[in-house]
Amino acid sequence: MINLTINDRPVEVPEGTTVLAAARKLGINIPTLCHYDGVKPYGGCRVCLVEVTQGSRVQLTASCTYPVAEGLVVRTDTDEVLEARGFVMDLLLSRCPEVPALQEMARQMGVEAPSFPGGASDCILCGKCVRMCHEVQHVGAIGITGRGGRRQITTPFGEFSQVCRTCGACAFVCPTGHIQDLGVISGKRPIPRLSEFNAGLSTQGNIYKTYPQAVPKEPAIDRANCIQLLTGDCGLCAQTCPADAIDYSQQEEKLTLGVGSVILAPGFKVFDPSHLTAYGYGRYPNVFTSLEFERLLSPGGPTHGHVQRRSDGAEPKKIGWIHCVGMRSHKEGEHPYCSNFCCMVALKQAIIAREHIGPDLDMALFFMDMRTPRKDFEKYCVKIKDQGARLIRSRVHSVMPAGHDGDLEVRYVTEGGEVKDEIFDAVVLSVGMVIPPDVVALAQQLEVPLSPNNFVEASCFEPTSTFQDGIFSCGAFNGPKDIPQSVMEGSAAAAAASRALAEARGTLLKAKVFPPEQDLTGQPPRVGVFVCNCGLNIGGVADVPAIVEYARDVPDVTYAQANLFTCSQDAQAQMMEMIKEHDLNRVVVAACSPSTHAPIFQDMLRSAGLNKYLFEMANIRNQCTWVHQQEPILATEKCKDLVNMAVAKARLLTPLEYLTVDVNHKALVIGGGVAGMTAALGLADQGYEVHLVERKDRLGGNALKLHTTWRGGLVKPRLDALLRKVLHHEKIHIHYNAIVEGVTGVVGNFTTTLSSGEAIDHGIVIIAIGAEPYRPEGEFLYKQNPNVILALDLDRMILEKNERLKTIQAAAFIQCVGSRSPERPYCNKVCCAHSVENAIKLKVMNPEMEVFILYRDMRTYGERETLYEKAREMGVVFIRYRRLQPPLVEEEGGRLKITVTDQILGRPVSLHVDLLTLATTIIPHQNAPLAELYKIPLNAEGFFTEAHAKIKPVEASTEGIFMAGLCHYPKPLQESAAEALACASRANTILSRDFLQLESIISNPVDENCDGCAFCVDACPFAAITLIEYMKDGQVKKTVEVNPIQCKGCGSCMATCPKQGIYVAGFTPEQLGAQVEAALGLI
Amino acid sequence: MEDQYEPRIIAFCCNWCSYAGADLAGVSRLQYPPSARIIRVMCSGMVHPNLVIDALTKGADGVLVCG
Repeated sequence: MINLTINDRPVEVPEGTTVLAAARKLGINIPTLCHYDGVKPYGGCRVCLVEVTQGSRVQLTASCTYPVAEGLVVRTDTDEVLEARGFVMDLLLSRCPEVPALQEMARQMGVEAPSFPGGASDCILCGKCVRMCHEVQHVGAIGITGRGGRRQITTPFGEFSQVCRTCGACAFVCPTGHIQDLGVISGKRPIPRLSEFNAGLSTQGNIYKTYPQAVPKEPAIDRANCIQLLTGDCGLCAQTCPADAIDYSQQEEKLTLGVGSVILAPGFKVFDPSHLTAYGYGRYPNVFTSLEFERLLSPGGPTHGHVQRRSDGAEPKKIGWIHCVGMRSHKEGEHPYCSNFCCMVALKQAIIAREHIGPDLDMALFFMDMRTPRKDFEKYCVKIKDQGARLIRSRVHSVMPAGHDGDLEVRYVTEGGEVKDEIFDAVVLSVGMVIPPDVVALAQQLEVPLSPNNFVEASCFEPTSTFQDGIFSCGAFNGPKDIPQSVMEGSAAAAAASRALAEARGTLLKAKVFPPEQDLTGQPPRVGVFVCNCGLNIGGVADVPAIVEYARDVPDVTYAQANLFTCSQDAQAQMMEMIKEHDLNRVVVAACSPSTHAPIFQDMLRSAGLNKYLFEMANIRNQCTWVHQQEPILATEKCKDLVNMAVAKARLLTPLEYLTVDVNHKALVIGGGVAGMTAALGLADQGYEVHLVERKDRLGGNALKLHTTWRGGLVKPRLDALLRKVLHHEKIHIHYNAIVEGVTGVVGNFTTTLSSGEAIDHGIVIIAIGAEPYRPEGEFLYKQNPNVILALDLDRMILEKNERLKTIQAAAFIQCVGSRSPERPYCNKVCCAHSVENAIKLKVMNPEMEVFILYRDMRTYGERETLYEKAREMGVVFIRYRRLQPPLVEEEGGRLKITVTDQILGRPVSLHVDLLTLATTIIPHQNAPLAELYKIPLNAEGFFTEAHAKIKPVEASTEGIFMAGLCHYPKPLQESAAEALACASRANTILSRDFLQLESIISNPVDENCDGCAFCVDACPFAAITLIEYMKDGQVKKTVEVNPIQCKGCGSCMATCPKQGIYVAGFTPEQLGAQVEAALGLI
Repeated sequence: MEDQYEPRIIAFCCNWCSYAGADLAGVSRLQYPPSARIIRVMCSGMVHPNLVIDALTKGADGVLVCG
């Protein structure tokens, strides 16, 4: 080893190291242009000049080529050095005055303008590209030719190189951007590697992460294009990786796993519209698929959220969306079903595009039926109309270029049969979903039956169980659906799949054991500071050794060190040793964000015998070096301040007690319909006691009145089977004629009192109380004429094989009665398919019967579209009416006369029918009392609100409470059953535990300061604080009490309290105050 | 550099939103002046008015409560 000093700081490096490398080890920044780790030093640019003193000899030399020697004295910051570098820079800039990278570097060195005018090159002849090509790629496609003024980088004889692989390494290392076009070298055009995640709208390197949040998060190398794996050359990434993480020898591994259940969740592919010539996708650049457009709208996408046309990069001011592309069609290469999510995609994209482009964006949506049946989707549809979007009910004939500037002409036919043309700046094809062939092959291999459209066939009562024992499925593979439903079905499949595995639950768990914690009573703080380089993420900008030096002088810091990667396993092990060796009792890690990494370090603390709350992080990467990349000196100062602030807080940290609460393993299910029974059975099969509360004297709910599900399966036998299982399950206790009257407690420990007076202790609640049909008294002669009935009445007539049905000559259905109106702005999701299904049944009974369906939008979403088709084939007449022109129903000659304006004919038509079925909306029961008791919000229509529409679709915002079925929103039986299973699955995550670990960063009252003013009680958003009274010194003392389960540690109480009577552990006023003082340099 | 006025700003950022936002600014490499010192709090609602006044009287040029 060789010892030398650089800027008076000693450093020890192996022999053969260059002065540059030694300086970098100390974190001293020396500018370079021709240097690149992994290629031989060359000394070509001379901007890395330093002053070297060896013995009596002092010289200025290029640090990248000068080897270290014992006793060498190096200075990088003298006036002579800086002046010499500035002169070199001036000469380089004079040669290449237009190169931005050189301009910036020159500016940093104080060279504002070149001294010698007239330079017109963009190559500084540093030879980095040539060395890269020869030494690393072993190709030698380029070299340096000529001398003096004719010196240049070129191929042999200036001909196209036959050996160039267009790998682009030369362009990659070029400091000035001289090599732009590899075609000049090779005569070939490299094919860019397109980013799959950005739908091919951007390129990506050969070493890549699919997207920023990808799991696993490690980048992958694409074997097909890797020069090292293909030829053995290159290997630059392995040389460059400071963590030594690259292993070229890794091979694909085949694993054999023994499992009890299998869940298929293979997803879908979006429909590729390239072969649909009418839309011009792939031929006209400004035709996008909805997936491409989605990426254009994304702030993390290829254009950072700026909507740009493919042809000229201009922002479109007029965009047309075409719905149902590739769907609802029997043409070759298209699909007969509806993809369910694409109407909403188009609406959402229009709203977001308007946000990005501005309120003047002209939005036109060409649709057949607007299918927005999910919760709150209808309101979204209304919202976009209010924002000026034109929703055009039409069929699109073609998309053609309009002129030569990239504009597009959309030709379409309106509902009234008129052909129209309109010109757009861009067109988005709202494409549907398809199941790809490899997934179909997988299903065939597993002998899982699929529908003609390649979706999994399943019973509506067990929607996530395939017809193959032990194999379950969820998501788009079960039928087209959107994110919330896929998330919900994922949980449902987990419940179904784990049912048979209940006995084995938890048997493979390995509990982590921590050593007992040290008692720190009376010990002064001994803080250890660990500063992370994070490779070059921190060390490449800030002076990490200087930060460590600084940390050593901060009060109470006993030990400080730097790490390359503090989160790596070896670093953790070494930190544990340091904690023991230096008897540290507080730890500060200066690295990335506590949001991502605190748990890792806190675990390490516990393994070292310290309480995990004796830890503090200084966020010097995300909030410093990444955001101040151009200001290394100020960034280093800020890092020091952040470390000082973290230490200031760490000194005042105290160990906090780990809080737990025992879990009661019983479940309460409210509501005895299909959802309630399915949920109860799901939990009982897992071995939990379940109390099922039903307000009536029998189980079954609305399903008792249903004839078939949309798939055609009879409801009654399946319902009977479910009832039998529930009635005879030893773990299920049924409480008939009972409603919930009182609730106390929180997740893990609820006590619910029933109207019968019985009190039940339980750990979780599933609410599945259903809903009821709207009874439109007086509308459409309902309750005035016996031949006007509701949808469930017709089901009952069919169920009872009512003779009258056979004598009817004509029947009609009116859809959307009481729904999709300003009073009830929601769609019921079930009635279109239900009416179509019943219309088919009537036609089957009597093919001569005339059947009319009067609808607003035919929402036979997903594979229900096939029912709609079948009904039309059988002669059912569909007539669309508008909300503001509802059908008029009158009695005439003992029959019913319906007058309605037909939108295709544009004139009123009269129908005479014998039976009129009203597809009325579904309205919630009186949900308010239950909502009040369990503190669950209701939406404007009175349905229960889930915690998060997408990621927590069955959870209430109050922990331990779940919801399924119609009480959440109207939906078909199949989806209610899936939600019930999802609830069982989510509930299992609580019930399977013996205790719940609670966060210790919560509010703590200080009794002696509290006078019971109760300001905090009102401020608490979680209702976690209660005012209590007790006797003290013969007097009543008021104070507050915090429920540790409900408190989330937000500290609203702390900020409200005028007397310091309550504080949040880990964020006390003293700790925050110390951080403020440290930030201001007062500590 | 010395003659440039550099304000010293204390920023209280909510753990769940603005602190995460500051992290995201880093991930996105958004560059901003290094004059703010961020203090993580569990909610901007926990910042007591006294803390803000203290910071200003002790020399902060600005206090940002972000949440």
